Amino acid sequence: MSASTHHDGHGHDHGAHGAHGAHDAHDDGSHGSLRDYLIGFGLSVVLTAIPFWLVMARPFADGPTALAIMAFAVIQIVVHMVYFLHMNGKAEGGWTMMALIFTIIVVAITMTGSLWVMFHLNANMMPVHDMSQMP
Amino acid sequence: MSSITMNPSANPADAPIAFYDLDEHDHPDGGSTMLGFWIYLMSDCLIFAILFACYGVLGGNYAAGPSPRDLFDLPLVALNTSMLLFSSITYGFAMLAMAKGRTRDTLVWLAITGLFGAAFLGIELYEFAHLIHEGATPQRSAFLSAFFTLVGTHGLHVTFGIVWLVTLMIQVGRKGLIPANQRRLMCLSLFWHFLDVIWIGVFTFVYLMGMLR
Amino acid sequence: MPPHPVTELSPIFGRLSLASLPLHEPILIATFAAVAVGGAALLGALTYFRVWGYLWKEWFTSVDHKKIGIMYMILGLVMFLRGFADAIMMRLQQAMAFGGSEGYLNAHHYDQVFTAHGVIMIFFVAMPLVTGIMNYVVPLQIGARDVSFPFLNNFSFWMTTSGAVLVMVSLFIGEFARTGWLAYPPLSGIGYSPEVGVDYYIWGLQVAGVGTTLSGINLIATIVKLRAPGMSMMKLPVFTWTSLCTNVLIVASFPVLTAVLALLSLDRYVGTNFFTNDFGGSPMMYVNLIWIWGHPEVYILILPLFGVFSEVTSTFSDKRLFGYTSMVYATLVITILSYVVWLHHFFTMGSGASVNSFFGITTMVISIPTGAKLFNWLFTMYRGRIRFEPPMMWTIAFMLTFTVGGMTGVLLAVPPADFVLHNSLFLIAHFHNVIIGGVLFGLFAAINYWWPKAFGFKLDEFWGKVSFWFWVVGFWFAFMPLYILGLMGVTRRMRVFDDPSLQIWFVIAAFGAVLIAAGIGAMLVQFYVSFRKRDQLRDVTGDPWGGRTLEWATSSPPPEYNFAFTPVVHDLDAWYDMKRRNAARPLEGFRPIHMPRGTGTGVILAGLSTAFGFAMVWYIWWLAAISFVGILVVAIGHTFNYKRDFHIPAETVAATEAERTRALAATGA
Repeated sequence: MSASTHHDGHGHDHGAHGAHGAHDAHDDGSHGSLRDYLIGFGLSVVLTAIPFWLVMARPFADGPTALAIMAFAVIQIVVHMVYFLHMNGKAEGGWTMMALIFTIIVVAITMTGSLWVMFHLNANMMPVHDMSQMP
Repeated sequence: MSSITMNPSANPADAPIAFYDLDEHDHPDGGSTMLGFWIYLMSDCLIFAILFACYGVLGGNYAAGPSPRDLFDLPLVALNTSMLLFSSITYGFAMLAMAKGRTRDTLVWLAITGLFGAAFLGIELYEFAHLIHEGATPQRSAFLSAFFTLVGTHGLHVTFGIVWLVTLMIQVGRKGLIPANQRRLMCLSLFWHFLDVIWIGVFTFVYLMGMLR
Repeated sequence: MPPHPVTELSPIFGRLSLASLPLHEPILIATFAAVAVGGAALLGALTYFRVWGYLWKEWFTSVDHKKIGIMYMILGLVMFLRGFADAIMMRLQQAMAFGGSEGYLNAHHYDQVFTAHGVIMIFFVAMPLVTGIMNYVVPLQIGARDVSFPFLNNFSFWMTTSGAVLVMVSLFIGEFARTGWLAYPPLSGIGYSPEVGVDYYIWGLQVAGVGTTLSGINLIATIVKLRAPGMSMMKLPVFTWTSLCTNVLIVASFPVLTAVLALLSLDRYVGTNFFTNDFGGSPMMYVNLIWIWGHPEVYILILPLFGVFSEVTSTFSDKRLFGYTSMVYATLVITILSYVVWLHHFFTMGSGASVNSFFGITTMVISIPTGAKLFNWLFTMYRGRIRFEPPMMWTIAFMLTFTVGGMTGVLLAVPPADFVLHNSLFLIAHFHNVIIGGVLFGLFAAINYWWPKAFGFKLDEFWGKVSFWFWVVGFWFAFMPLYILGLMGVTRRMRVFDDPSLQIWFVIAAFGAVLIAAGIGAMLVQFYVSFRKRDQLRDVTGDPWGGRTLEWATSSPPPEYNFAFTPVVHDLDAWYDMKRRNAARPLEGFRPIHMPRGTGTGVILAGLSTAFGFAMVWYIWWLAAISFVGILVVAIGHTFNYKRDFHIPAETVAATEAERTRALAATGA
């Protein structure tokens, strides 16, 4: 590893981007710093290791375990969004955040809607074992 | 901004209002690229959402065939996950090098990222081959169809990402870190990290939850 | 797992053989003969007049949003003739097939006709026409020079065309799907539809879908990023607002279609079990997912036309649009709500009372913002100085026709009512009512409204009115009987009937279809006559209607660069504001203008996609592999070209603008 990729820079160094011309116009903290990446990585490792351990070692009952690993997934996704994808409310005038929120809403509707609808359809329409009642 | 004055017969005491931008500068090249690519990623998210929905609805339909507990090898999946996570951080290092204008370092980190990605794919292909060898084919049940399609689509995206990465390495090697290449690297960065986000969903809802079903 | 039904594959031709040609179908042979002769004549003429070079350089490879918009319109209108031919065939069959008569179409053929009619009308007529007007108008309305991604725009157009080509080829090589336009499994699965029809359907839509999705991304980025200075979101023209919401719907729904069709093709090609009857599959999941796409799709079709109606009503009432803010919010509400109504398309599939009630209520709620829009249009007209020119006539016909269709929609939204009316002719009447009354009448209004801008001369008013009356009267004759038939219990997609008392209604409907055919003919005559009389119909000022939005600030047609200087916006109805305050056109100080360069890559990629789709349909694996690799190579190769732009010299701009100044002066402006 080249030593030059490690540096003591804390936070975001705008000056280093002066050479990048058009990129400047959209330079609003959209790069991370080394610190951000390392924090994100560290958190991700922890947030991955714990769920895997919870399922492989099974210290708790299945129900709470399921909830826990889902919660960890959500948190790790947020970590990725913030530290790797540099998601913030100001990028692109807030439009990327709005696009993300809209997508999350549509995804939530699609998934919960499908699960709810299919659950009811299956309950009402899938054949029962006793076929003698079928017309 | 200089301006065109209104008709002089209008109230001359009014300050002139500009109706045309006479001093305009060109729109910065590629000014829409990041937003456009982000919107594309949102649409890709939706494709995965449908595949997740299918897995959610059909993932319990084993058709008297093998179920997750019979098949999933969690230590292997943990190894896979770490390959992808490492590739994310190494891509991050590549971006930091790019921001400093260090072409050679950028290329080195990109190459390492590609290798981690290839390792991820290799392990996944090994896993698929093993499953198929055991008779757990995509055709065996709806659960397996959904499993292979969801995980496989993610893998296809990673494959495409690696092809793109190699292409960009060639282009950066040829033209250096010009603004166009930087935009492309930023787009690939979004793509790559986004694939890791999807993988979080996959290992949680498919592999971990599968073992709990 | 049951063995794959198709076993005879030639290594070179896959399952394609001479038997794939429908040589035993006289109707198809006659059609092919007509197409071959007409096509040869057209190609011959183009060659004789040596316009191929011009077409390639100025049109096919153009990344100019105006040219691409016009090409979309041409595609849509050509495919409309095909889709309407299917409609006439159905009306004729249904009017005839009583009292033991089988009509003139057997089931194998008839089933393809109604499937193709739906697929073509939605995907290759309505979508391209709507995309065409958005492409043409939006950049002009926001004061921009092009869309955000001009190359992608060109590529999107050619991918849509590629999909249309695949569907048209199915007429002469092989056959089309016989499943209805949404191809529900298990019927569309490999077991019940082993032939090529469903595969043509899948690949035609997948290829076109790529184009549509990219177009959606393109227009969102354009509207967000390329607005003229001063044009805040709440100063956007209403048509641009509705276009924005439409493209959001496109990006947020077409991926669903892509995924579902991909899953269906996996079932067909690989033997997976997503939608099969056995091994844990669920055909109901297909229906659920396809309508999660399908409902937003119909709002994609109608929202831009709501925008058109706003522009036309305001312009032809000589009055600012009433309730701009509520129009914007109504559009946004419709956009969001369109995601929570989809189950109303399958109330009868058995999800039960609680689920059905929820979706029934949401479906009724979504009619409210639409009603708000209608009232805003009426209030705009109130105390306005209304001019009954063709765009306004179409708009008023829309208001009356669409309202009836909307009301029958609310009726269908009641689950118990829908249990009687689902898949009856009442449903068919309802959706044709809203699509023809809303989408089609809106497109005709848009075409009449923006034609002078695009081509520099107005459309002939007399033939426009002839077309209008044939269409409106024809529509009512064609579809009111279907409401009655539906209420009497007649099911959709029927080919032969037993009950002779129904025949009169079908005959009336066929009569209506003939009137509509006359309307279409009159429109074609209108185009021709207008072209011949174009000097008399010339639009010299660029603002033939007294418009209010920025596209009317340019010449007709606009120069390649749209605006020599980007306008600065201060108010809603920016052009009206400029006229009111006597904004003077800059006459000097022109600068070189930065423009994107045309490219043939889009055409080539789409051509390869057609080859790939065709190969996948016929199981010609070597061709599929080569064309797929070709697509990747060409696409990646294209990215190695960094020189994609050029500048229009300042002198050229100055000369063009001087020409405009002379033209304006000649009108006494």
